[in-house]
Amino acid sequence: MYQYDTIDRSLVRNRVDQFRRQTERFLSGALTEDEFRPLRLQNGLYVQRHAPMLRVAIPYGMLNATQLRRLAHIARTYDRGYGHFSTRQNIQFNWPALARVPDILGELAEVDMHAIQTSGNCIRNTTVDHLAGVAPDEVLNPLVYAELIRQWSTLHPEFAFLPRKFKIALSGSPEDRAAVMVHDIGLKAVFDYDGRPGFTVVVGGGLGRTPIIGHVVREFLPATHLLTYLDAILRVYNLHGRRDNKYKARIKILVKELGVAEFRRQVEHEWSFLEGGPGTLPPSEIARVDARFTRPAYRSLPQVSTGLERHLRDDAAFARWVARNVHPHRMSGYAAVTISLKKTGVPPGDITAAQMDGVADLAERCSFGELRVTHEQNLVLADVERDALFRLWTGLTALDLAAANRGLITNVIACPGGDFCSLANAVSIPVAAAIQQRFDDLDYLHDVGEVDLNISGCMNSCGHHHVGHIGILGVDKNGQEWYQISIGGRQGPDASLGKVIGPSFARADVPDVIERLVEVYLRERDSDAERFIDTVQRVGVEPFKRNVYALVDQ
Amino acid sequence: MHSLISKRAVVAGDPWVRLEGGAGDAPPATDLLVPLRTWLDARDRLLDRCGRVGVQLEPGDDPALLAGDVECLPLVAVHFPALTDGRGFSIGRLLRERHGYQGELRATGPLTRDALFYLARCGFDSFELREGEDPAAALSEFDAFEAVYQGAVDRGAPFDRRAPAAADAA
Ligand code: SF4
Repeated sequence: MYQYDTIDRSLVRNRVDQFRRQTERFLSGALTEDEFRPLRLQNGLYVQRHAPMLRVAIPYGMLNATQLRRLAHIARTYDRGYGHFSTRQNIQFNWPALARVPDILGELAEVDMHAIQTSGNCIRNTTVDHLAGVAPDEVLNPLVYAELIRQWSTLHPEFAFLPRKFKIALSGSPEDRAAVMVHDIGLKAVFDYDGRPGFTVVVGGGLGRTPIIGHVVREFLPATHLLTYLDAILRVYNLHGRRDNKYKARIKILVKELGVAEFRRQVEHEWSFLEGGPGTLPPSEIARVDARFTRPAYRSLPQVSTGLERHLRDDAAFARWVARNVHPHRMSGYAAVTISLKKTGVPPGDITAAQMDGVADLAERCSFGELRVTHEQNLVLADVERDALFRLWTGLTALDLAAANRGLITNVIACPGGDFCSLANAVSIPVAAAIQQRFDDLDYLHDVGEVDLNISGCMNSCGHHHVGHIGILGVDKNGQEWYQISIGGRQGPDASLGKVIGPSFARADVPDVIERLVEVYLRERDSDAERFIDTVQRVGVEPFKRNVYALVDQ
Repeated sequence: MHSLISKRAVVAGDPWVRLEGGAGDAPPATDLLVPLRTWLDARDRLLDRCGRVGVQLEPGDDPALLAGDVECLPLVAVHFPALTDGRGFSIGRLLRERHGYQGELRATGPLTRDALFYLARCGFDSFELREGEDPAAALSEFDAFEAVYQGAVDRGAPFDRRAPAAADAA
């Protein structure tokens, strides 16, 4: 993980002091509500339904045990004893008092954390593959570049007030676990003929009200030019993105209105002035940042652990958890582990202070004291010895964090929805709970197999429903909460957007509808190996539609 | 009435007068701040006056239209209708870094001290602050951060990890 130096630290501390002054001026009336809003947003502070919400940055999802313990302390001291991991790999606190936020930020700064640019119309946290550095299929470790982007984007003086928020994703593997096709900018690591590292640059993807798959603007950008090229894209967007209508202000609309060819021409024109300039990354800078990453001191281990084999034979629940939540690792004898925050009845992504402390202990004992947050709102311990898996599972079971549902339909991804968010059309957490309850039978759940189910409480799509195999969107029908359902969305290299199956449903009907969809899948699949999404792709939406609306018409 | 900071000091009176109406109405000896359109239409006539002339850009204006004039303009002002309209930050950098403008670069609009750090980094060296904002108290915001990451107008080389250049730019 990246280790702060004195400059990183001074910047975060200065930012806390600045925000303390701004908060005081707001509370004394020297700053108006309108003037304070963009300032607080850029420090992660929203005002929502019940209270302010503070979103703390977890840069590209990486966290250490000390930091997690500090988050637990903040949850206990300033909030109601829990935190919520969002689909943006950040953590949110729902109940802090405005006047105490500078103190919270001060506590975060002590452990090299902050809330800078976690909201507002600026460059946000970069999304990175949660298996970065450990995935066997990786071609380039993206973490160094993610940190370079973090530094470049932090307090960027030119791009602090963009037309709209701006999100970058970075993937080092062809599997694309960072959703690069649906970000404002997506960067896919590739090598050119000479073996030089670089990126394919994708621009203008996004979810929200106008979901669009991004366009390739440059097939190969040498890594050394990464930051100047980002400057060029951002400058074109800053100057020409629409500011008259916030629903048309994302870069995807600019790309669409200009056309990809013209957008590319403008970017390349802008870049022609910046290319090779002072923002060009010298190898020494890449090496300097690289050297500030600690690397796990792996032991050399056999691939097969006999202890593990025995536990797998003896304990069915453990075996089920391993099958779902344990992932291959590039190092022999190691594994990456998903800690599911999707136990039935617990709001997706929520974690208590006690659980945070417990996970911090386990990370120290089993995974070099580090962990990652995934955009599926789960946690990952990335470097666990296979021999230690049983011990880890036992520890997680004691913390009530051993749900064996990674990739299954109960691993629901959901935004906070109407229970917290003032923009919502409908609640999402209770819908998630109702679906989890419906699929509570373990044999049935595992028989159904892999399904990504995503719920958003409104068109802003924080729950990424467009790319769920099943997507659920809260809509408002004459002041009532209704839900529109789509199927066939997916993330990854062949990302696609789901298709709406028809008119929306009342909340009480949603679990039945999901069950009906699953019924069709179980009937139509050509074998156990064909996943829900593959069946949708093969047979189309029609059979699903028929079965679902037959239910409603009865 | 707004207050004015220039070169990191509070300035008492503003010599610049905004032109209302056409270029022909301008009193001859005043220092005139004119919209880009007026400048492009009446450049030579404006330059013949004995008072100085500066150009006021709106956020949608293309600064490249001033590329040939950077030598003869003592003031370019960029209007920020609100802090959240960030186009002016790019305009400032383009004027300084691409077009080589060296005269006074002023940010206008209902700004508070919270804009100063970013504006100075983008090449602005004079600043209107909205009525009610205390310009003397605002001055310390230029030094809000001891260090920065990126290159910008104040600091060409981004990777030598040092503090932003001090008073010389702003
Ligand atoms: S999707 Fe809508 S309801 Fe859900 S968190 Fe985002 S804005 Fe709020």
